Amino acid sequence: MKINYNRELCQGHNRCYMLAPELFDVDDEGYAVLTATGEIPPELHDKARLCVDNCPEYAIELVD
Amino acid sequence: MTDTTETPTPKRTQQAGSGGEGVRPIDSWETDFDHTHPDYAANAPQIWDELRDTCPVARSERFGGMWLPTRHEDIAAIAANENGWYTSHEVVVNQYSADDVMPPPIGGAPPITSDPPFHVDARRLLLAPFAPKKVNELVPFATDFCHSLLDSALAKAADSDGVFDAALDYTQAIPVRVIAEMLGLPAEDGDIFRTFIHHIVENPIERELEEEETAEYYLDRHIAEHAANPKPAGEGDLIDHLLGVELYGEKLAPEHVRGTILLLIVAGIDTTWSSIGSALWHFAQNPDDLKRFRDEPEVRPFAIEEFLRAYAPVTMARRVAEDHELAGCPMKAGDWMLLPFPAANRDPDMFEDADKFIIDRQKNRHGAFGLGIHRCLGSNLARMELTVALDVFVERVNEFELVDPASVRFSTGQIRGPRELPIRVHS
Repeated sequence: MKINYNRELCQGHNRCYMLAPELFDVDDEGYAVLTATGEIPPELHDKARLCVDNCPEYAIELVD
Repeated sequence: MTDTTETPTPKRTQQAGSGGEGVRPIDSWETDFDHTHPDYAANAPQIWDELRDTCPVARSERFGGMWLPTRHEDIAAIAANENGWYTSHEVVVNQYSADDVMPPPIGGAPPITSDPPFHVDARRLLLAPFAPKKVNELVPFATDFCHSLLDSALAKAADSDGVFDAALDYTQAIPVRVIAEMLGLPAEDGDIFRTFIHHIVENPIERELEEEETAEYYLDRHIAEHAANPKPAGEGDLIDHLLGVELYGEKLAPEHVRGTILLLIVAGIDTTWSSIGSALWHFAQNPDDLKRFRDEPEVRPFAIEEFLRAYAPVTMARRVAEDHELAGCPMKAGDWMLLPFPAANRDPDMFEDADKFIIDRQKNRHGAFGLGIHRCLGSNLARMELTVALDVFVERVNEFELVDPASVRFSTGQIRGPRELPIRVHS
């Protein structure tokens, strides 16, 4: 599992950073920064799904 | 496992003033809706749910012609504004107008009243002070202030059979104090801010203000004081920040600085007051949710977002800029387009059990802070204040209930929340 994050769609709601700081950081302007750019370890799969399911702008998806 | 509770409805609402649209009886919510009417304040969630099934884009001839979409899909598309059919030049349906509002694409309160491409540049000037890590530096300040408010409120309750007003004695003061701190305005000026807010966002206006009472007069005075006392870089407040930044190689126009400060005052106070109050109103009627919030810290981040979804306070507005059709309805340039994000948050096509409050809801793409490029600039601040206000409240107050559901008063207009919330506490 990997995370696809679309910076063009992100509006800085910060839901992903709040739910999963292990996967996302936030920049000085409040936009998300994907830090987990590689394969997501199994123990973080649920958190990755939470990020997808709580992004109001549909800026995050999971890819196999 | 999740706890589910019906989201309750208020029993009594604010009476609209005389002479405005808000007093004329409603013929039909489909063709004559009025978001400033007391019946709307009392029943808005039910009205949205019915309209979504029968007439998903409602119409009204009031205020010169308005539309009210209720489906998430339509509201998100309008907010996205891919075809440029809507302008943000005016975002509150009211009778207020400043004398010297800046022309499009700037508007009277940039960046919320600004359209692209100016919007993105004006907004960028404000993103850093409202980014989450910056805002979280204010947590100790907000925490101490919430404790001081409860010291007074609980002392009052001890003398009055456990009763105080959670809206007037607690939630109202929190966002006022925090934004005054950020702007570098006097802490005791909260009542002055509220006068501005009610003049701008509440309908109808009860009377015209004298010049010395206006926001423009007040802000010009404080801006001049800040300009006369410059602070070293990095040590100033938000007003110093706005006086120091440049846009397109020039300092901001005085009307831009003033409009933005007014925006930060107006947009940050009644909104967050409403959110905190709605959460306490819910807890007062749902002790099981209160218990879970208190006993299960891991539930709290989900609960905060569910409060924001289920009790989203803000309905935005746009003006139609070009004639077009939406859901089969003819939109005409100049029409008001309301954006009821609270209605989008209750759309069953978007949320499972949309009408239920689920304290640990796992799938929650709510639009309480809007959607698209105008996402609430202060959302991180609002979330921080809501979190701190509830954390401190449940730490200090063990059990509480409404004194009388009929004594709760909800606001009318585009910001929805309890304005009077008498509770009885048991410590």
